[in-house]
Order: sequence, then structure tokens, then C-alpha cells
Amino acid sequence: MQGNTACAEGALAAGCRFFGGYPITPSTEIAELMARRMPKVGGTFVQMEDELASIASVIGASWTGTRAMTATSGPGFSLMMENIGYAIMTETPCVIVDVQRGGPSTGQPTRAAQGDMMQCRFGSHGDTSIIAVSPASVQEMYELTAKAFDLADRYRVPTFVMTDEIIGHMRERIAIPDAVGITPRRPLEQGSLPFAAGEDGVPGFPAFGNGYGVHVTGLTHDERGYPSSTDPHVHARLVSRLVEKVEGARREMADFTVTNPDAEVVFISYGAPVRSVEQAIRDMDDGRIGHLRLRVVWPFPDFALAAFTSARVFLMPELNLGQMAREAARLTNVPVVPVPEIGGELHLPDRLIALAEGYL
Amino acid sequence: MTGNQGGFQDWLREDRLPHIYCTGCGNGTVINCTLDAVDKMGWTPENTVFISGIGCSSRAPGYIVTDSLHTTHGRAIPFATGVKLSRPDLHVVVFTGDGDLAAIGGNHFIHACRRNIDLTVVCMNNFIYGMTGGQGSPCTPMGAISTTTPYGCNEPPFDLASLAVAAGANYVSRWTSYHVRELTKAIRAGLETPGFSLIEAVVQCPTGYGRKNRLREAGAMVAWMRDNAVLMQKWRRMQEEGLPLPSGAFPVGEFVRRNLPAMGVLE
Amino acid sequence: MRHEVRFSGFGGQGIILSAVILGRAAAIHDGKNAVQTQVYGPEARGGASMSAVIIDDEPILYPEVTSPDVYVIMSQEGFLKYGAGAPESAVMLLDAELVQDRPSCRYHAVPATSEAKNTLKKVIVANIVMLGALVATTGIVSEAAIEKAVLDSVPKGTEDLNLQALRLGFDLGRRSMKDEAA
Repeated sequence: MQGNTACAEGALAAGCRFFGGYPITPSTEIAELMARRMPKVGGTFVQMEDELASIASVIGASWTGTRAMTATSGPGFSLMMENIGYAIMTETPCVIVDVQRGGPSTGQPTRAAQGDMMQCRFGSHGDTSIIAVSPASVQEMYELTAKAFDLADRYRVPTFVMTDEIIGHMRERIAIPDAVGITPRRPLEQGSLPFAAGEDGVPGFPAFGNGYGVHVTGLTHDERGYPSSTDPHVHARLVSRLVEKVEGARREMADFTVTNPDAEVVFISYGAPVRSVEQAIRDMDDGRIGHLRLRVVWPFPDFALAAFTSARVFLMPELNLGQMAREAARLTNVPVVPVPEIGGELHLPDRLIALAEGYL
Repeated sequence: MTGNQGGFQDWLREDRLPHIYCTGCGNGTVINCTLDAVDKMGWTPENTVFISGIGCSSRAPGYIVTDSLHTTHGRAIPFATGVKLSRPDLHVVVFTGDGDLAAIGGNHFIHACRRNIDLTVVCMNNFIYGMTGGQGSPCTPMGAISTTTPYGCNEPPFDLASLAVAAGANYVSRWTSYHVRELTKAIRAGLETPGFSLIEAVVQCPTGYGRKNRLREAGAMVAWMRDNAVLMQKWRRMQEEGLPLPSGAFPVGEFVRRNLPAMGVLE
Repeated sequence: MRHEVRFSGFGGQGIILSAVILGRAAAIHDGKNAVQTQVYGPEARGGASMSAVIIDDEPILYPEVTSPDVYVIMSQEGFLKYGAGAPESAVMLLDAELVQDRPSCRYHAVPATSEAKNTLKKVIVANIVMLGALVATTGIVSEAAIEKAVLDSVPKGTEDLNLQALRLGFDLGRRSMKDEAA
């Protein structure tokens, strides 16, 4: 099965019943599969006029209580940013798949990159926090897309599947589970204020058409959902909660694996470069190289770095000029060395071995 | 001047009052006419959703008791498309303005007409960006003064109603805030018609538009609408007979009512 | 044992489909591991397209082809771009008619396109003929597996034609092996 196909199938298995999209290489296969499959599972596929409309339709659909998704790549992702901010501000669960390609601008439509990692985190204006997962295989495209829906519903925040052309277009055998665990969106208790949150910072969801009479606005709003755009306290309280409900849950939602925790030289990877690192470690076959591989990339699991108690250096191969490396460097006193690869090729395992040897 | 014609007051959030609209603004009239029409349809706050973009007109859903989305500038229609396609049993009404609908949202507007998706769009056309203080819009008439057309607007305006007809909408009409009964009836016809409906409501903005264009008083603007609005039948007759159409005059009435294939209609 | 197979030709020849079918034969019907990848440009037709399959008994970690041991080349442009640098230890199948050059490694010049055109009257199945020759000359997957994979992958109503093409490819491959031995 192809990576993009697995992404769409994982979404459907997780109960996604609305897809609004616009064709763009290298993500188009996801829309094409949704166009074929959605009507057969009683869902809705709509090809919108552009990516601004795609994400808008997804947010609208989500407010009816429907699990909703869109898929795109760099240029379309850029167009979505304003409405992604709207989804963050209005706490609208939704899943956005970015099959990353070389940028900036039109760049390399058919080649892989991981150049949008900071954009998904900081691309919308204002102070925000979001969740992002990054699959490293076709199997994970299925599993992590399904998981993204649960995370989006649990924390009521846009959740990104940050994949790339390599994983999106490669074909591997996958094992499709009989069922995907689905945690339904927690409804708002009737009579409660729609934007009043409990201890976890996440309010219950008042789906449209149930008599809640909820007003949803991108303006700064109070617990009733009413605009209150000049009161500094209302704004500070709201935006702090929107950020803290995600940042404060980074341990709860963390998803990573640790290989050789006693190693002195440690790779950190996510997405396609995971495959290069795993190959390098298997080829070296001596346990001298550690590996922290991330499946949930945002929020970054800062505490995971501490698992490598003997680490002298973290090496971070990415298909960009060092984006997540900057985040890792911020979180540890151990030097973090970016290992960039741009242009569409994946890091050669031999290059990683030679690099690691240099630090041993 | 709106009169209390029906049950629209049941639809208002009293705890949101007072509203932000200026004295003399025409938007309140259009909101009342819309709620009156919705009420006459027998719809309820539980099965009706109001959606809007950004601008003065788009603040309307915040004063209404139903579920509502006050979205981003120009994008109300694609948000509404997502709601309607997911829950075709809900009645979805969009409030928008000339800047929101025709400038930043122009592409969404024509594509929604093409899809003929079952939404009713009520556009309050005040010829201006009111909320940001009176800048020119795609509907500012030639020669009119705004803060960004200080020497008179030198771009021809859009004719929103004709645009919607050309793009495929099933129901299109234009009235003004002077024509309260006709406007209410037209909105009702739009709500009744399956597919995309546009009701263009020309409204006075004494603060942002009138002040700069020798129509300082709300009453003067309403009188201007009364005097320049030409009933559609008369307008067409004048056109057919080759009579000169007076400068500043515009047609009001039903532009189209038809039954083209539509999307999002509950079967 | 890791095998890396690189396919190249021009867009529209079914270069990507060939790789998908080979990968499916290995992963689904032969019980091995396989990863299929591709490089493509903006052209839907023409240009030099490339696809690849890695077949291994072990789980495949690094998914990209770095040093192919098998080449399947179906255009001169594809040969120049993706085949000319083949190492001496590799084996190459090339379309006898569409590729003018010959590599320095072992090769089989298979008249896939001309046979598809003349014998089967459908040039579109040249890639399937080539797949048959590939399996017959290298044994990289079993003949039973590739047959099943072809049937899984081709449009309904074309199964017989494609199976014919595949078996024609088996014959051409075996003939080429015999010629080589002689």
C-alpha cells in the first residue's frame, strides 16, 4: 500500500467522515482516495476552490461534530495558515496532513522535504500551540493519522500529520488492524458555559444542531463565547489556556522510542530520516549509537532528551537546514548538531555512520 | 423604521445588547428582516445556523441565539459549506458585506453559486468597509469618496446580484433597507428555494459612506435609496425600449428564481 | 539478501506500475519484504521516469535504492540518466528496440516493445513483457508470485492480455538466458 493511501485509510478507520481538499502534489492521492471512498462510508468529500476554502470547510464540518480532515503540501499549507489560527482560537478539532515537498515557494513539487516543521508550529499569527505527528513508514501513516484524530478531539486543537513525499509515495506492506481505538469527542454538559474549561484546560464540545446555541468567534472571547476583544485579562486568560492545554500535556501525549540510552553519540530523528538512522545503527551493530525517534513531534518531548544520560552530542538529521534541531538545542545543554539534507534525497546511512564515527 | 412585524425578538441574545452598530446604520433593519423571514419559515434556533465573515454585517450572528460561526475575513461561505454538507438537515444562513463577499471572498462566492449549494446569503451592501473606517470596496460607486478613494473612486463596481445570476445561483434578488416588506419577502423566498440564494440588501452607512458623500443623515441615505431604486420590471422595460437609465439608478427586485441542480439539499 | 531493482523509461510506459507489481509479488505473494519508491518529474507523458523496488528477507530500513544490482531500462534517455553508470556486477534488462546503447555489465536485450506491438498488437503491455523477462532471467521473485501480482494490479478486462504479455516475457527471458549460455 502507498503511504498516501494508508493515510486516507487510517483516517477513515478513525471515523473521519468529511474531507475538504484541493489537488496539490505530492498529496493528491489522499484526496483522490477520499473522493472514491467517502460516499461509500456515508461521508462527504468536497473539492473546494482553494486551500483557504478547504480548511474552512473542514472547520465548519467539525462544528457539526464530524471528524474532518484536509491534506495538502507547502504552497497550500501556507494558504491555510489564517484559518488554522481560527481553529486554534475556536478550539476546533481537525486534522491537517502536510505531505512536505521542497520549498520555499513552488520549489520541488515532486521531491521530499521537512521544511514546514516550524511553519506548522508557528505559522499562524499570535501565540499558539498545536500537536503534530510524523510517520516514518506506510504502517505509521495509517496508525498516526488515526491517532491524530484522537489527539485533535482530546485536546480540541488542530493536529498535523507532518509527513513527506518519500513516505507519502513509497509502497510497503502494512498490517491493517481490525479496529482503531476511537475516543469520542467529549460533549459539553448541557447548561455549562461553552468555553469554560476544567482542570485539563479543555472544554466539552457543543456540536451544532443540539440546542446549545453556541456562538463561535475568532475574536478573543469569554467563557460564554462572546467577543471581548479589548479586555486584557480575558485575552491573557484565554490564550494562556489555549497554549497550556497542549504544552502542559506533553508527557501525556508523548510518543517516542529510545534506542541505546547509554550511548554517547545520539541521533534524534522523525519522519523519513528515521529510516536512515535505523539503517546506520543496524549496519554499525555495536550499540555505540543512540537514537531518539519521535512519533509525536509537537509538543517536543523535552524530557526524552534526559533519557540519554551519557550523551555528549545529539546529531539531528532532517530534510531541512536544521529546524527541529533548533528546538532540541533550546532544551538541552548537550550540543545539538543539525545534519541537513535538502534537495529531495534522504541521508545516506554511510554518511551518518561516518559522521557518528567522527564523534566517537 | 423597521417596525415590529413578527417574532424576530425571540431570536436575539438580549445579554449581548447594546450592539456595536452606529446610530442610523441599516444593518439592524436587514437582521430584523432576516430573522422575521426565518421565523415565518417555522425554523427554530435548534435547527438554524448563522455564519459570517468579518466586518460590520458579520457581527450579526453574535446577537442571535442559534449556533453560529463568526469566521475569518471573506471565508464565511466555505465554512458554511462544511456545515451544510455535514448536516444537510440544518438550515444555514450567511451574513456578509460587500467587502467580505466580493473582494477577499469573491472566489468563494462565485464557486458557491456554481455549486449551487443550499445556503442563503444575505449581503449587506453599504458600498464601503465600515468597520475599518470607510475604505473603498469593490462596490463603491464610480466617483464616490472614501478614505482610500479621496479623489473619487476610479474603478467600476461589481454588480453582486448579476454576478450571482451569471455564476449559477438558484435565487437572486436585490432590495434596500428602505424596502422592509419586500426585503423580508425576498429573504423568505431565498430560504424557501433549494440551492444557493443571494439577497443583496443595499444599506446606508451614514458614518463611513454618507458623511463623505453628502448623505450625512441616515434619512438622506434612505431617501437616496428610495429615489434611485427602480423596480425590476420598469428597469427591464426601460432597457428594452432603449430609454436612458438615470445616473445613479439601480434595479431592485427578483433577478432570478430557478431550479438548477443544487448541492447539499436534504433528500 | 537485499536486491535493489531500478526501472527507467519514459512517462506513460508504466515504469511505476512495473515496480509496484514487482514489489507486490515479493511482499504479498512471496512473503518477503519490499519497498517501492519513485522519482518523477512534472510530465505525465515523456521525460525520463524512474522507479525502484528493494526486496529483502530482512525488514527494510533505508528505503531508497543506492546501488542497484538489477536494472530494467526501457528508453535511451532512461539509459543515459539511470543506466549508464551501472557497475560491472549488475545485470540489466533493456528494451532492444528503444535503447540504442549497451552497458558494460551483463545484460539481456529484450524485444519487449516490438513483441508487444507485433505479437500482442498492444504496445501498452511492453512493460509487462519486460517484467516477465526480468523474472525469468533473475528469479528475483517466483513466476507464480508475479502472475498473481499482475492479476491484482491490472484493470478488469485486461487480465488475459497481461497474462499473455507476462508469459511472452518469460519465454523471451529464457531464450536470452539460453543465448547467453551458448
